[in-house]
Amino acid sequence: MSRLVVENLQRSFGGVKAVRGVSFSLAQGEVLALIGPNGAGKTTCFNLLNGQLRPDSGTVRLDGVDLVGLPPRRIWRLGVGRTFQITATFASMTVRENVQMVFLSCRRRLFGLWQPAVGCFRDEAQNLLERVGMGAQADRPCGVLAYGDLKRVELAMALASDPKILLMDEPTAGMAPAERLELMALTSALVRERGLAVLFTEHDMDVVFGHATRIIVLDRGQLIAEGPPEAVRADERVQAVYLGTAA
Amino acid sequence: MSFYLVQFLSGLAAAATLFLVSSGLTIVFGVTRIVNFAHGSFYMLGAYLGWSLIERWGTTPLGFWGGVALASLAVGALGALMEVGLLRRLYRSPELFQLLATFGVVLVIQDAASYAWGSEDLLGRRAPGLKGSVDILDQPFPLYDLVLIALGPVVLGLLWLLFNRTRWGTLVRAATQDREMAAALGVDPAKLFTGVLFLGSALAGLGGALQVPREAVNLHMDMSIVVEAFVVVVVGGMGSLTGAFVASLLIGQLQAFGILVFPQITLVLVFLFMAVVLVIRPYGLLGRKEEAPPTAASPGPPLVLATGLVRWVPALLLLLLALVPLVAGDYALIVLTEVVILALMAASLHLLIGLGGLVSFGHAAYFGLGAYGSALLVKHLAAPMPLALAAAPVLAGVGALIAGWFCVRRSGLYFAMLTLAFAQIAWSVAFQWYGFTGGDNGILGVWPPDWAAGKAAYYLLTLALAGGTLFLLRRAAFAPFGYTLRAGRDSALRAEAVGIDVRRHQWYAFALAGSAAGLAGGLYAFSKGSVFPTLMAVPMSVDALVMVLMGGIQTLSGPVVGAALFHLLETEVMSLTEWWRLVLGLVIIVLVLAFPKGVAGFVRDLWMRRKEA
Repeated sequence: MSRLVVENLQRSFGGVKAVRGVSFSLAQGEVLALIGPNGAGKTTCFNLLNGQLRPDSGTVRLDGVDLVGLPPRRIWRLGVGRTFQITATFASMTVRENVQMVFLSCRRRLFGLWQPAVGCFRDEAQNLLERVGMGAQADRPCGVLAYGDLKRVELAMALASDPKILLMDEPTAGMAPAERLELMALTSALVRERGLAVLFTEHDMDVVFGHATRIIVLDRGQLIAEGPPEAVRADERVQAVYLGTAA
Repeated sequence: MSFYLVQFLSGLAAAATLFLVSSGLTIVFGVTRIVNFAHGSFYMLGAYLGWSLIERWGTTPLGFWGGVALASLAVGALGALMEVGLLRRLYRSPELFQLLATFGVVLVIQDAASYAWGSEDLLGRRAPGLKGSVDILDQPFPLYDLVLIALGPVVLGLLWLLFNRTRWGTLVRAATQDREMAAALGVDPAKLFTGVLFLGSALAGLGGALQVPREAVNLHMDMSIVVEAFVVVVVGGMGSLTGAFVASLLIGQLQAFGILVFPQITLVLVFLFMAVVLVIRPYGLLGRKEEAPPTAASPGPPLVLATGLVRWVPALLLLLLALVPLVAGDYALIVLTEVVILALMAASLHLLIGLGGLVSFGHAAYFGLGAYGSALLVKHLAAPMPLALAAAPVLAGVGALIAGWFCVRRSGLYFAMLTLAFAQIAWSVAFQWYGFTGGDNGILGVWPPDWAAGKAAYYLLTLALAGGTLFLLRRAAFAPFGYTLRAGRDSALRAEAVGIDVRRHQWYAFALAGSAAGLAGGLYAFSKGSVFPTLMAVPMSVDALVMVLMGGIQTLSGPVVGAALFHLLETEVMSLTEWWRLVLGLVIIVLVLAFPKGVAGFVRDLWMRRKEA
């Protein structure tokens, strides 16, 4: 069953049509890769989905609920988690506190003035960190972490809200090859465990073809191909886009 | 009709001076990102130096204009010296520390000018050849002002040529847009910054020297002009020269005609104007959206809840302070009472700066609202002290809730300037509404009842109330509320993406901080027995800022330490020498250079290092 249904999404910046009539859907248990050359409109697409940008037209529905026009925090509460291309964490807090923050927000405890925050949802946060392999670094400040580790923290933060959909913008950028496959294997496992649906962008084709269950290809704002990895790999238009030969 | 024309021309002449000063400020800010409080002091120095040179040689046109130029160049050299000797060492520090350093320079220049020229107003010689006036539609208008009117566009044109037609100007613009990229391309930013400070300061000095024939030179010129220049820069859009020019013209006219149309609210008109502009145009008239607005501090290391014995230090300190009346005399108790009140004031500001990354230039407004709230209740309704004290945080909190709603919609320096605007509005109400607030006569006779009238009794009451509030603020900082505030500061993007309404949180924090400052204000009113508009004035806001920064923004004990240090320094030095500003300014400069993380931050780092070793 499709959870996220995107129909005819459009967005331009000035005269540039960054996203032109993109439609796709995402079902529970899927790991859907959104690929395309630089400037194809992948990040714009993500920003349209999680509410950072407002589409000029088109609809985005999550389990039938229209998301267009809602601010990011409302979309998040409806069950769309996100990791960023350039990691964004709370640098003045420890790794565990970063995850605790998300739990506090989820359970609407942000306005507490009395109970110390370090004690709130400590075990839950620790468990999640163990799951993504950051348990041992839970007490380190986020500001000093290696980039690959930050990506894991972001994943734990995204999972803390128990989302239905996870948007991951280049989840393995800046990681070593071994780390990349490890993180994607973890993501795939989480999808099975938690009944998630993941939409991710990625430049590393090993990651894409190794872990995506389905692939959609974006070029100059338009979807040019969609299907299982083998089919997309064989698609002539995709090859043309990536290899530069005339289609 | 002719009267209005002359009024219009006077407005243009005032705008010219304003433009000279604010163009310098906007250039310095655009390139170095430094909020240069000393810019007004350079203007004042320009006026004093100009006065001396004109007294000496100003009988001939060459001597007069030569003197003006020389004064301007000398002030420019001083600005360059400040960059080399002070600011250059602070480029890696949080941006607010540069602001603190320039404030130290303000104090030093104040006393230096007072030492060199005395505190009397100095009337300067008129410009030779331009002493007379011309009749414009039968109204006399000073010739000199006509020259000034022409000077504004000329300077704008020259600056435009400098920045668009010379290699140096191109490099400066490159560095403004992307400092790191310019450095990577082999441009030495340090040299560029020295040049920019020279240029900006020279413009301020020129503006000052040109004022000599128009108004008396005095020691108050620095603060009034720097606040106005900030308003111009913000209204015009930060870093935009044309914006500064347009804003100068608008504000010049606003002042010229405002006095005719709204004589009761002249003081506040400019700030109301700025507030309206910022609400409508978030980045000023010609400003562009900032990629990275100036921040309070790079996010520091995590706050750590003290454990073990250290946990009891605040309680122990409170106990010790409570025992002080057993040994101390009245004078010491008065000073200590003030320290405790200011500690609460500084801690409330720290909630905004340290946790929220929100730098307020107008926190005194809420201190003053609390003080005036209490005093007015006592004066007009004969309210008893407990009621008046209870009302202080409520009134200030409501005031902060209203002002905060507007302020948190902007960030960085624009936020700071909006808070300043609201503070100035509150101040001018207290200053100009004689019937209700007593104007600059203040409100007298706000004394505690008999049971709290003794110095020891009032000290203990203050300690209990302020100590209790400090404890609550501390709890809030470690509770989810404080964490959420920090989350919004660390990464607003991430915070919004995990369901946090950053603006709403900042708004509540603003109200909470205002409320705590209001209680401090109420306590202050009863400790002094009187309130005056100065409680809400710019220097009070700046003092609070200095306390927070001196103590260090990365620890919760910082503001308390800073308030104690600042107030004791001020009262002690003041009793020893009349040059207390000089000493205080030098102390601030030394502290900034020696402890770029603030005193409390330094001590904590030392402690941490020892623990690790």
